[in-house]
Amino acid sequence: MQRKALNKKDALWLGFVVLLALLPLAPVVAANSFHMHVAILILLFASMAQAWNIIGGYCGQVSFGHSVFFGIGAYGAGMAVVTYGGTPWPGILIGVMLAAAIAVVISYPCFKLSGHYFAIATFAIVEIFHRTFLVWDWVGGALGLDYPLVKEGLKNLMWYDTKTGYYYCALILFLLIFGVVRWLEGHRFGYYMRAVREGQETAESLGVNSTAVKLAAMALSAALTALCGAFFVQYNLRVDTPMVMSLDMSMKFVLITVLGGSGTLVGPLLGAAVLIPLQEYSRALWGGLGGGVDLIIFGLLIILIVVKQPAGMIGIIRDIGKRVLKQKSAAKGDSADGTP
Amino acid sequence: METFVQVLLDGMLNGMVYALVAAGLCIIWGVMDVINFAHGEYLMVAMYVSYWLGFLLNVDPLLSVIAAGIFIFILGAMTYQLIIRYTIGKPGLVALLATFGLAIFLKNACMNRFSPNFLILTDTWLSDKTLHMGNLIFPVPQLVAGLLSLVVVGMIYALINTTRFGWAIQATAMDRDAAELMGINTDRIYLVVFGIGGACVGIAGGIMPSYLAVHPEVGSMFGLIAFVCVAMGGFGSIPGAFIAGILVGSVEALAGFYIAPVFKYIAVFGLYLTVVFLRPKGIFGW
Repeated sequence: MQRKALNKKDALWLGFVVLLALLPLAPVVAANSFHMHVAILILLFASMAQAWNIIGGYCGQVSFGHSVFFGIGAYGAGMAVVTYGGTPWPGILIGVMLAAAIAVVISYPCFKLSGHYFAIATFAIVEIFHRTFLVWDWVGGALGLDYPLVKEGLKNLMWYDTKTGYYYCALILFLLIFGVVRWLEGHRFGYYMRAVREGQETAESLGVNSTAVKLAAMALSAALTALCGAFFVQYNLRVDTPMVMSLDMSMKFVLITVLGGSGTLVGPLLGAAVLIPLQEYSRALWGGLGGGVDLIIFGLLIILIVVKQPAGMIGIIRDIGKRVLKQKSAAKGDSADGTP
Repeated sequence: METFVQVLLDGMLNGMVYALVAAGLCIIWGVMDVINFAHGEYLMVAMYVSYWLGFLLNVDPLLSVIAAGIFIFILGAMTYQLIIRYTIGKPGLVALLATFGLAIFLKNACMNRFSPNFLILTDTWLSDKTLHMGNLIFPVPQLVAGLLSLVVVGMIYALINTTRFGWAIQATAMDRDAAELMGINTDRIYLVVFGIGGACVGIAGGIMPSYLAVHPEVGSMFGLIAFVCVAMGGFGSIPGAFIAGILVGSVEALAGFYIAPVFKYIAVFGLYLTVVFLRPKGIFGW
């Protein structure tokens, strides 16, 4: 019974992914590069939020420091191309490993802090990195790094004519990170993480080494975040500190995951699928009116969603599902099981 | 040596203003366990209130302080009534993200109405005056702002520790249900505490236009520094926030002067990390 339900869910996912993969073939989307841009950003931000979800959602450690790892990944790719004039690939590899290493080093003392003290410590770390990178000439300083025009293709991870190449890269990134989290959900380590989230002392009393679990989750999350950062900079063809390593960027990780539903597999995708089009289309519609209107609406919507449904969109969907179930079962005459 | 004392005193004067901003955040955090992410934006709004009063009606910032304090008290109470009230009892992240949304809203509403340009008041009562004491020079606007902050923080501390209303606040902070059983209207306490927290930052923001330019981004850094001060001082401890504020102001000034201006915030946040790694609940926390 359990096995069958799992298969049905996975088949649903498979169908969804095929749909995503075929999206660029639809002339409505591919002919309009703005729609394509939005689709790429949705996939990218869903991946970023999912990477954050590992430590923030499943492991329960709310980090506002993920833009540090995002930035390290971005600078890794950027410097490999701009400073050293090569392909981005070795830079991506170094960035990912460096992000994981730095995550372990800075998280180890931070995990001793609890609640708001932890959150504010991660704010402080972002600010320290932000300001250091801003004056560090080796990484481009305040000017940032501008990409030179090199031959397009997978070798340089760069396309100019169409965004299709970027789209498929974003899709692969999305599948990779969602796959990792899907695998973690059923794996022993995933249960450890959730145990630490629900009660650290209880988990430790049952023999879970909570510090090791948190550090491993943070390293994995940071490495995947750095991968997203590298893709982001390849897409943007420019990297500077305020763009990739600021508190605003950090907040995006948290916001998308929490609005979608943190600690769930679909949550980050839901959050990105709602917030990113909202941000991009409202900017396109009202961005020219003298500034701010798009963000005013964005701010109000965040308040509304967070206050109305703290569990995120997944909570809204569950509420609707429950109501439908209740109606069905009322018709049948037996009580519905509340758990989804 | 003289330079050192001068820089240190300048930093401490700034630190007193930080302490006032932090004290406002501190009582909100201490009583409701809510991080008000829009705190820096309250400061920015207060500065605009004071600026426009000065620009349109020629009211000096020294008097606008009262208007700004009242305005942000109302803004804070409205924030509680419309947003925070619905987040009490839900995970801590909810209130933080809701106030983050409010911060985006306030920042961009001000940007939309008042343009992103830097606005500065000239010819106020205090501007460009200095006070010489021996070889030390004090800029009068900063001196007045610092002393005013000192007085207001003292008043808040006295309010919480000596009045009946203050005891009610403390009781609510300790145990909401028990306080309710004792006949305290905790909903009203929360409302007023959010208002008082706002009034603190409103007073700080009200006096600032006499020496600082107003623009929509001005509050962000103050907000962050207030978080750091409160956490460094310890959960809900006003003396802790006060000492942390002065410490942060001094370190900021000394690092900016002796190392490089870009390092002042690196030093401040480094100081916070050092303190909490040594004492995970802050200086006065337990």
